[in-house]
Amino acid sequence: MLPMLRPRGRTMMLDAPAPALVQVRDLKMYFPIHTGVLRRHTGDVKAVDGVSFDIMAGETLGLVGESGCGKSTVGRALIRLYEPTAGSVRIAGDDILSLAPEALRRKRPEMQMVFQDPQASLNPRMTLAQIIGEPLIEHSGLNPTDRLARIYELMDQTGLNRRFANRYPHEFSGGQRQRIGIARALALNPKFIVCDEPIAALDVSIQAQVVNLLEDLQDRLGLTYLFISHDLSMVRHIADRVAVMYLGRIAELSPRDALYARPLHPYAEALLSAVPEPDPDREGSRQRIILQGDVPSPANPPTGCAFCTRCPKVMEICTTTRPILAEVEPGRQVACHLYPSEARSNQPNSRHAAPSGSTGGGSSQHQQHGV
Amino acid sequence: MPDGGDAVLDVRGLKTVFRTRGGEVHAVNSVSFHLRRGELLGVVGESGSGKSVTMMSLIGLLPMPPAEVRGGEVWLGGRDILKIPDSDLREVRGAKVGFVFQDPMTSLNPVFQVGFQIMEPLIRHMGMTKAQARVRAAELLELVGISDAQSRLDSYPHQFSGGMRQRVMIAIALACDPDVLIADEPTTALDVTIQAQIIELVKDLRHKLGMAIIWITHDLGVIAGIADRVMVMYGGQVVEHGPVKALFADPQHPYTRALLKTVPSLTGAREARLQVIEGQPPIMTEEPRACPFAPRCAHAFERCDVENPRRRAVDGLPLGQGHDVACHWEARHG
Repeated sequence: MLPMLRPRGRTMMLDAPAPALVQVRDLKMYFPIHTGVLRRHTGDVKAVDGVSFDIMAGETLGLVGESGCGKSTVGRALIRLYEPTAGSVRIAGDDILSLAPEALRRKRPEMQMVFQDPQASLNPRMTLAQIIGEPLIEHSGLNPTDRLARIYELMDQTGLNRRFANRYPHEFSGGQRQRIGIARALALNPKFIVCDEPIAALDVSIQAQVVNLLEDLQDRLGLTYLFISHDLSMVRHIADRVAVMYLGRIAELSPRDALYARPLHPYAEALLSAVPEPDPDREGSRQRIILQGDVPSPANPPTGCAFCTRCPKVMEICTTTRPILAEVEPGRQVACHLYPSEARSNQPNSRHAAPSGSTGGGSSQHQQHGV
Repeated sequence: MPDGGDAVLDVRGLKTVFRTRGGEVHAVNSVSFHLRRGELLGVVGESGSGKSVTMMSLIGLLPMPPAEVRGGEVWLGGRDILKIPDSDLREVRGAKVGFVFQDPMTSLNPVFQVGFQIMEPLIRHMGMTKAQARVRAAELLELVGISDAQSRLDSYPHQFSGGMRQRVMIAIALACDPDVLIADEPTTALDVTIQAQIIELVKDLRHKLGMAIIWITHDLGVIAGIADRVMVMYGGQVVEHGPVKALFADPQHPYTRALLKTVPSLTGAREARLQVIEGQPPIMTEEPRACPFAPRCAHAFERCDVENPRRRAVDGLPLGQGHDVACHWEARHG
């Protein structure tokens, strides 16, 4: 039974100049606002407002941004933990958003999630073996002996001592709990894992342990990650390409090294300049871009560019016309009027007609295996 | 021990113990440090390292029991404030020491207007009338960079964003012109661009008001940018202390060195694999007889398991004045 469940990730990677494993097109996730005595629908929180990107097999795409920018919502909508308002998502060939419930259930093993807070995402009344074994009962049909063997195997892979199989989550530290969450996500040999701020709740000295584990597993099992984080230095370490989100939209999507060396979007530039570095000499001399004010409400985003209210380089066009994400340099997509591009001059109708078929798909080919 | 000199705050051998059902936890073990006028002392450590408990216990903010301050002296304004009656301590907390907490949402009272919460200490500790306090509260809001201060006094905390709330917290902490401002992870709950705003504000306020600040954080980057001196804590004790440049340029304690290496760089060479500090931070169930970092330390030898190292100067200056470390291993020769 076990061999059937063996990972295929690595071999699959070598076989094929395959299309992107994950293709997201114009994804929108609106949460309705109901007000008044009659709870009438009076507006929407546009948490995700037209996001498109590709993730290649074996690649790690970093998704960064500040709280409330919609990065976690993208991760959840992507694997249909939310029902997205519009858009399309293809993961390994299947259109996730149109799958019927039973088909979606059968698709679930391929796409898993590691949550931010290992305290809240593990059932305190289940033992470690029950937690890791639950997806196996639900999806694999292994008999109890094989199941236990698989549980042990997963515990070995994630650096959990087998002796702890019958302990409860509260008996573990934060870092170990996150390992349990990762073991559970791996149980069914997924191809694609959404890591939603997996290290945000951990201490500095434990973060590196978990990130190294995620990288080892990726190498060994050929996993594909969407790594959601607000920690820009950790994303620089783990991601091949990075998407910077602001107020429900992608501001810039670039290969890692290019982005950190020379961010193109003014928001990406400000965000990177705001990160403090553990080096007193550099910190003393650094020119920091201090953004004024706060992020606008996603229920009432500014017309035009979402960043126009705080942008140090704002122009007149920014307050009236929304810039679309378009390729401005090989492999680099930016949504900003500072960078003229062909795609953008075809506005305004082209946005919905061919949202990013030309951009998302085309550009990411350049940067397939950044590792 | 640090000599008094121009120190506004002088802490000597502070010990705090928590009594729990599972036994005692020695959260703070013989912590000594001082703070000079106008200086910013950064305190770095992971959760459980004792950095917050140290600050809370020195101004009596811990619930007792379960907490118990078992020893030490805290000199502030010519008095040992561990030995003064509660009523006097309340005066010290309001007027001499300001506290900014990590989470601005839970430390402001949601049912009172912001103006009231800033005016309260002014009326209580400074003896102002309501009208005077209101004028001063508006000035304070302006000082922390909130525009339209007059009308914002009537807003409630939920009408402010996270960054604005933290500005209000700072305004409250500054209300009585304290000698010492203790900021416990004041930017941890904030986004980086808002964090940058708050750091700029604090730099600016220091310049204007010249107060001494203790800034507690786990973020080495934040410390590098604002601190004059740094104190690194682990397992309830100070493991390394020194001027910020010396400490970052030439860290002596294996923990400090590992901590600096385990954080990936934003601009430097990208490391193929992150350096790891194996194991877990300790829970100090008894007074440590060995070095608390020894089980995770790459340089540990026999002595580390039998003797808790004392702080020793590494630059020849008197202890507390320069760079010191609590470690048996000699980084220079290792």
